[in-house]
Amino acid sequence: MATKSLKARNNDIANTQRQMDILSNGIFADGELPTFAKKLKETNQFPLRPKKLEILQINLGYMCNQVCEHCHVDAGPDRKEIMTIETMQQCLDVIKKTEAHTLDLTGGAPEMNPNFRWFVEEASKAGITDFIVRSNLTIIRANKKYYDLPEFFKKHNVHVVSSMPHWTRGKTDKQRGDGVFDKSIKALQELNAVGYGKEGSNLKLDLVYNPSGAFLPGDQMGLERDFKKALKEDFNIDFHHLFAITNLPISRFLDYLIASENYEDYMVALVDAYNPAAVANVMCTNTISVSWDGWLYDCDFNQMLNLKVASKVKHIADYNEELLQNRNIIINQHCYGCTAGAGSSCQGTVA
Amino acid sequence: MSKPYYDASDLRKFGKITEWSEELGNKFFDYYGKVFEEGALTAREKSLIALAVAHTEQCPYCIDAYTKDGLQKGITKEEMMEAIHVGAAIKSGATLVHGVQMMNKVNKLEM
Repeated sequence: MATKSLKARNNDIANTQRQMDILSNGIFADGELPTFAKKLKETNQFPLRPKKLEILQINLGYMCNQVCEHCHVDAGPDRKEIMTIETMQQCLDVIKKTEAHTLDLTGGAPEMNPNFRWFVEEASKAGITDFIVRSNLTIIRANKKYYDLPEFFKKHNVHVVSSMPHWTRGKTDKQRGDGVFDKSIKALQELNAVGYGKEGSNLKLDLVYNPSGAFLPGDQMGLERDFKKALKEDFNIDFHHLFAITNLPISRFLDYLIASENYEDYMVALVDAYNPAAVANVMCTNTISVSWDGWLYDCDFNQMLNLKVASKVKHIADYNEELLQNRNIIINQHCYGCTAGAGSSCQGTVA
Repeated sequence: MSKPYYDASDLRKFGKITEWSEELGNKFFDYYGKVFEEGALTAREKSLIALAVAHTEQCPYCIDAYTKDGLQKGITKEEMMEAIHVGAAIKSGATLVHGVQMMNKVNKLEM
């Protein structure tokens, strides 16, 4: 598997305009499949508009210790884009006045940002009630300086959301890299040891499941049951919930779909599974995504496609929630990924 | 180039069979959907049974459909292969158990 990002490999899919061209042309341009906008219009849901803001999702940088095959961020060790302390300060100013009750930190591996702990401490003081860190698990075992992360998360009552594509070594390592499974298991056991994921514990530990290939996730509850059984029996691991998340056809997953000649079938599967009921709760309707350099987006996927919010306010430095909330959400064919079946969001299914 | 009898993209058109016989087609798909819901058996168990039968019936559409369905349900490739062996064992067993009929006939006819 690749050890460098698409960007470092100079792969043309790293160019966001190239991704937009692929998503707008081909089977969508010749009318074989309806565009996402057309689908929304059928149920009078166009243009898509925000509801009450609940989640501020901040991307602390694209640097990561892993190079996962399906990564929509194209993250990796070679990505140097990380949030500066000045931009973090601007985010803190917003956190103090926002209506959003949840702060969702993501990356890359957000813990690799040198000011990650300072930011968590400051944001914690600002009184956020639900505080999510999206941890890839292996970071906890990557270097001595990260070994105490479980204790640090506990101290700030951070809700840990971690990726785990399968309960078997083979499937996990194929998607996320050799050795990832064993390190992830060890990290989960360490989180359990400080009280995370235990029944009745308020230290929340949820897992994220992404399919390891060109297929959609199955029923979230069924998968959760299988994950819980296998992880408990094999490794005595406990966790709270499993979020089944659909892979969106952008960045490295798009590159994989095209290279493996699965792109058209995958898009057909997404369009076939379109569920208008999922549209009402897609995450762009209650989330603002902030990039490492402070730009604002409707979601993390639009961030990776460089589709900034359609608002006068486009940067955290100029943040104005009232103005921002009065915007149309930018959509394209990748949005079918969030509306397929039971829907998909960073918090799992939505319908 | 010769045109194959089976075209993988025809699977997507399966639903169209209702166009020429709406009531029966709809009844079939309602029944089909109901069968695969969680019941006394889990949807996962049903998917593995379907995969094994897809192979004994040698239906390429069903094989494509239930391989994908299995992946979606987190079923491993080892589990899928074992399920196919169950189908194969029943197929070969069904052939071989008729050997008793052959033996009966030989015993009856031979002096």
